[in-house]
Amino acid sequence: MNAVLAPSAVAAISPAAPLISVEDLTVSYRQHPAVHHVTCRFEPGSLTAVVGPNGAGKSSLLDALTGRVKPSTGRVQLGGLPRQALGYLPQQSGIDRSFPLGVLDVVMLGAWPQLGWLRGATPAQRDAALGALAAVGLAGFESRLISELSVGQFQRVLFARVLMQNAPVILLDEPFNAIDTRTTADLMRLVQHWHTEGRTVIAVLHDLAQVREHFPTTLLLARECVAHGPTAEALAPQHLRRAQQMAEQWDENADWCAATAARSS
Amino acid sequence: MTLHELLIQPFVEFGFMRRALVACVALGLSCGPIGTLLVLRRMSLVGDAIAHALLPGAALAFVMFGYSLWAMSVGGFVAAVAVAGMAGLVARLTPQREDASFAAFYLIALAGGVMIISMRGSSVDLMRVLFGTVLAVDDASLLLIAGIASVSLLVLAAVYRPLVVECFDPGFLRHLGHAGAWVHGLFLMLLVLNLVGGFQALGTLMAVGLMMLPATAARFWAAEVWSLAAVATLIAVLSGWGGLLLSYHANLPSGPAIVMLAGSFYVLSLLVGSRDSLLARQRSQRSHRKA
Repeated sequence: MNAVLAPSAVAAISPAAPLISVEDLTVSYRQHPAVHHVTCRFEPGSLTAVVGPNGAGKSSLLDALTGRVKPSTGRVQLGGLPRQALGYLPQQSGIDRSFPLGVLDVVMLGAWPQLGWLRGATPAQRDAALGALAAVGLAGFESRLISELSVGQFQRVLFARVLMQNAPVILLDEPFNAIDTRTTADLMRLVQHWHTEGRTVIAVLHDLAQVREHFPTTLLLARECVAHGPTAEALAPQHLRRAQQMAEQWDENADWCAATAARSS
Repeated sequence: MTLHELLIQPFVEFGFMRRALVACVALGLSCGPIGTLLVLRRMSLVGDAIAHALLPGAALAFVMFGYSLWAMSVGGFVAAVAVAGMAGLVARLTPQREDASFAAFYLIALAGGVMIISMRGSSVDLMRVLFGTVLAVDDASLLLIAGIASVSLLVLAAVYRPLVVECFDPGFLRHLGHAGAWVHGLFLMLLVLNLVGGFQALGTLMAVGLMMLPATAARFWAAEVWSLAAVATLIAVLSGWGGLLLSYHANLPSGPAIVMLAGSFYVLSLLVGSRDSLLARQRSQRSHRKA
């Protein structure tokens, strides 16, 4: 199951990756901020790891980027790119893996903007889906059911769906959780390939060694932005210590944030 | 008795048998896919809850207008939609989950329905509402049932893709900019409509049987959404046909006969179905491939 990269199977990226800017973003649940006044920019074609302790707001940041949650302050700008055009790899925990669907059907979902509710797939789209499956090392799996796949194989299918989306900006939510080293290596090669193609990739990750090895840029998050820049600098020991301390400051009756209070009065 | 006399003659001879058969086929055609989607959406018991929720509306209409098809259908529809809506609202406004709030509201509705009927009607009326009268289906009911089945199939065809994706990977559908709640609500409306149609023929208690039993049986034969729905439809139609014959020849009540036959299909599938049945599991444990 070697990942054979077949970029020819997928059309050229269109449109080009835009600048993504996050301004003063706060996302809160029950009035407690998961992301607190974060401002940052993701350059076109950058490959960024978002790291931080549990509850640091990493997934909330992705949710704000995809528009799944409404920010309580600030905004996200995608440089004119419609939100549906973001490539998105969700966590497997939200997916029903026992659902009776075929592998190719799941990959084809990546072509939803073209296919919509009713249209059938063209032979070209089918070929693109088969090419995407081959690119993630699952050639020949198209007629299998997803319930027959292992966790790692299913993750490859989800990557194939992202490939099928052919998006200029790709968001990955914990893409290598509970995935074996071999699959991780194959899929990491795919991520690197997206980077060389000029796509912007933003991935939520936990494994710092992996981040240091593969990701040029890192955003260290602990509800607030602790550090953002070249990975070696962002992951300096003092930054990591600070992130850990900030994550532990949970106060049920915390005072109201002055920045919001000033704005609402 | 020839095979013709056994299987076909009753329908040739009696108009009420023909109408009952058409009603069962129409119900089976739409109940197959809807039951399949209910099972896949882990809402198997919600069908049951909604079927019971029809009762107070139908009962109130019965007390006010007598045994009127349209009044009882509209009453049942309104009551069931109200229960589904309130259960959904509670799940949205409070941390209580939808299955729990469904249970609470349908039990209230059921008790209310039985109370209304027993205050004003006789126990024969109660039996009629609870168990239906498929052999007394007239042209008007037939049109209603066939109309509901046709609309259901058309709507299902149109929203099939979002309905399946919303269930398989809700986050992805939301990412694409579609509201899952909207699809879910539409599906609940179809469910209520079909139970209203079924309740004319099979009664509130039995209507859900023709929906759930074929769908649960199909799981032991088919592996994909479309084939599950096709097998469920086939079993539902066969149950309707066979159940009517059973009730004709053995002089049994027709509604329970139809549902019992669907139940037999379920048990048979569970035992000897080609996928994951007890037999198939035992066989597959005895041998395995090299890789």
